[in-house]
Amino acid sequence: MIVMTKDTMEIVREQDVVPFRNRVREFGTRIGMSLVNQTKLITAASELVRNMLKYASGGRVILEVISHNAKTGIRLTFQDEGPGIADIAMAMRDGFSTGRSLGLGLPGAKRLVNEFDLKSNPGVGTTVTVIHWKHGR
Amino acid sequence: MGPFLLVTIQIDLYDRLALTLENDLINMVSQTGARGVLIDISAVSIVDSFMGRILGNIASMSRIMDAETVVVGMQPAVAITLVELGLTLQGVYTALNVEKGMELLNTKLGDNLELDDDEEEDQDDRND
Repeated sequence: MIVMTKDTMEIVREQDVVPFRNRVREFGTRIGMSLVNQTKLITAASELVRNMLKYASGGRVILEVISHNAKTGIRLTFQDEGPGIADIAMAMRDGFSTGRSLGLGLPGAKRLVNEFDLKSNPGVGTTVTVIHWKHGR
Repeated sequence: MGPFLLVTIQIDLYDRLALTLENDLINMVSQTGARGVLIDISAVSIVDSFMGRILGNIASMSRIMDAETVVVGMQPAVAITLVELGLTLQGVYTALNVEKGMELLNTKLGDNLELDDDEEEDQDDRND
């Protein structure tokens, strides 16, 4: 896996969400990702960044253009130092939410991207990594 | 425009702005007595679960205020994404564009008016 471009954004308040989404769009446009794939990635990113704000009062996102086996894609890493997720299997279920939301954020985001990885340490924080390839596969 | 409110969202809303919209819109329905709300999202490039919930809320609240909501102009990429996200916008009517949305509202209101008439007739019959 080769990292071609890297950028980090701090997310501390809800007003950071739209600029962050625009940054993801710039990355997508730069590698020639189609509009549908950009929309999927940005929507997933929007869900994850919202979770970060809601449950961990913010965190940071690392945006990277990566290349692997002649494929180009975007990797986003969401890191927070929040309370962590006690039951990941439960959190990944459709319709489950400890907040008062629809409970679509995590499972929905997973469906929208090619690769999805969630690691969480209760009391330490959560890291979610997603990869979406230029052609969506 | 008739008894309809038309709202065109021209930027990607951040959360507080979306909540303000929800609030303002319901107040406008109350003030104007509008029977229909058209929300044009043709300039919106991202609808995530939060935005979807706002649209659903507006529809539910409007219905309680006796108005129907139609979301118009959704971009194809947004529609594809919503389905995979798992957001079906239940209870929200959709139409391809403002014109078709107006048609839909007119049909709905037309149906309701006919129903009202029928009820009145029934009332008359009983009085006889």
